[in-house]
Amino acid sequence: MGVNLLDIIIAGLVMGGIYALAAVGLNLQYGVVRVLNMAYGEFVMVGGFIGFWMFTLYRINPIISLVICIPTMYILGWLVHKFIFQPIRAKSENIDKFAGYSILASYGLIFVMQSLAVLAWGGRIKAYSFLSKPVVILGATFEANRLVAFAASIILSIAFYIFLRVTRIGKAVRAIAQDAETASLMGINVDSLYGHTFAIGTVLAGMAGVILSTMFPVSATMGFQYTVIAIVIIVLGGLGNILGSLIGGLLLGLIGAVVLVVQPGLVIVAFYVMFLAILLIKPTGILGR
Amino acid sequence: MDSKTSKRFPDNNIHLGRKISTTWVIPILITVVVTGIFLLIPEWVSSWTIVLLSTIFMYMVLSINWTIFCGPAQYFSLGIAAFFGVGVYTASIVWEAQPALPLIAVLIIAGVASSVLALLVGLTTLRIKGIYFAIFTFGLSELLRHFVMWWEVNQTGTVGRWIPIVDNNVVYRYMVVLVAISILGSYILRRSRYGLALTSIGDRQDVAEHMGVNTTAVKIGVFIATCFLTGVAGALIATRWSYIDADVAFDPIRTVMTIMMSLFGGMSTLYGPVMGTVILGIVSDVLLVKFPYLSKLFLGMILVLTVLFIPEGIAGLIAGKTQMSFRDRIANIMKIRFGKNEKE
Repeated sequence: MGVNLLDIIIAGLVMGGIYALAAVGLNLQYGVVRVLNMAYGEFVMVGGFIGFWMFTLYRINPIISLVICIPTMYILGWLVHKFIFQPIRAKSENIDKFAGYSILASYGLIFVMQSLAVLAWGGRIKAYSFLSKPVVILGATFEANRLVAFAASIILSIAFYIFLRVTRIGKAVRAIAQDAETASLMGINVDSLYGHTFAIGTVLAGMAGVILSTMFPVSATMGFQYTVIAIVIIVLGGLGNILGSLIGGLLLGLIGAVVLVVQPGLVIVAFYVMFLAILLIKPTGILGR
Repeated sequence: MDSKTSKRFPDNNIHLGRKISTTWVIPILITVVVTGIFLLIPEWVSSWTIVLLSTIFMYMVLSINWTIFCGPAQYFSLGIAAFFGVGVYTASIVWEAQPALPLIAVLIIAGVASSVLALLVGLTTLRIKGIYFAIFTFGLSELLRHFVMWWEVNQTGTVGRWIPIVDNNVVYRYMVVLVAISILGSYILRRSRYGLALTSIGDRQDVAEHMGVNTTAVKIGVFIATCFLTGVAGALIATRWSYIDADVAFDPIRTVMTIMMSLFGGMSTLYGPVMGTVILGIVSDVLLVKFPYLSKLFLGMILVLTVLFIPEGIAGLIAGKTQMSFRDRIANIMKIRFGKNEKE
């Protein structure tokens, strides 16, 4: 089992890194903007297609696509917030109503985005091959793209975490997450920052999508499972807790890799069981108080 | 002016008691008559219409029952597909074991299975906050779908099950009765202490608790009752499919459609979900026939636009309109009667 165990751990960490990156974005959208975005995975899908088309049409390295997807996804996310979630916020009388209605609206958004993706890019599964050379680490054999993916997602997650901790904008975002009303009294333009935070969340989703596209095929319907995984992680790490999402993502990746070896069909079931168990036992998450 | 109006209101209050007792009889009579008419419809129309009507009525059962609980209590259940699918699967399994059982018995067993699941969900999650309830029920329906699929592939070695076919007209008639039960149940609940308790929970749970409402018991009780009918509707409509598998039974599109119909019609009233299912049921059928590839796009847009522009639904629009005109009318009457010397 020695080599196998290493295989499992590294495979788990690779997936966990991407999960963490994706979950941080959704956590930002939920924790700060208070939108539990069920269409989050669709933004991952858009990112995946950016990676695919850039590589297939223009031979652009996915790592450069990561940079390309920043402005694209930012504008997309900002527009979605501007035209869907901001009006709902203006109309809802309290935050609970807003949370409820924004879930329902994002549910509708799933179908809109999926259908548009099918119309634009077709319903078939697409894939490209990037750096699929074998690499041997400590006796475990991997495709090189997985290591790149792991490095990219971990670097991006940590960079983003530092961004939140160090910069003034990051401070403002954290302030809103704690108490939006007080934040606005302290001179933070809460309304405009909601849009930007939501957009940053979609950028993270898009980046996760680009990284995923280097390893797995992309399709118009791939998004929903990543929504589910991201929701499981943010519940695991605590709603609104960024560090919790990072840890939760890695943990979920490891659990997924272990279950994949034991019983391949049960990976998603295992995620759900863990998700329901966390909700029942400790709804504030593993790092929650 | 003051003395006149204040005299009127006490009178109204006294009559209110008697009015309530008569309002019990009329809706029941209306329901019975309308149900009777709908039961007779298969004699006159084509079987295609019957199939469409059964589907619309199925969604009517789902959305009325979803609204009964989720409207006043403000707990959004995203697990309609879970309770629906449990009904479907229970019916199939029970019927395979006991082929001689009559349809009505199978339906009741399926409903009971759904409500047992609802009881478990209620006991564990209805104590926690609304957002967690939404996430939990959403996870539950997906968990069941994946687990049943895994179980079928790995344990029984088959995918899907057969379910005996029942005549279209029979399915339709049962569905009409289910709609009637749902509407009457919703009507009665809205006017009972439990309905008020549920509304108070939705408005301010802590206040409701202080007023002596056993919030957990009320929530669980109503939730179980609505899930019973959801399961029965699932078991009933499944007899039309003849073949079921986990993807069909626990299809999340059913949750979305139901919520969309309730929201579009308006969740604050009884007739809202009814209108929503009729309109969107026909619209989605037409879309599916005319634009098979675009139907999901349109349905998604309808849901987003509904939330954006008419969050109170059509019923909210109508209520807003009539209320305004009613108020205007009253104001006009007041002006004509008492306000003459003010301006003229």
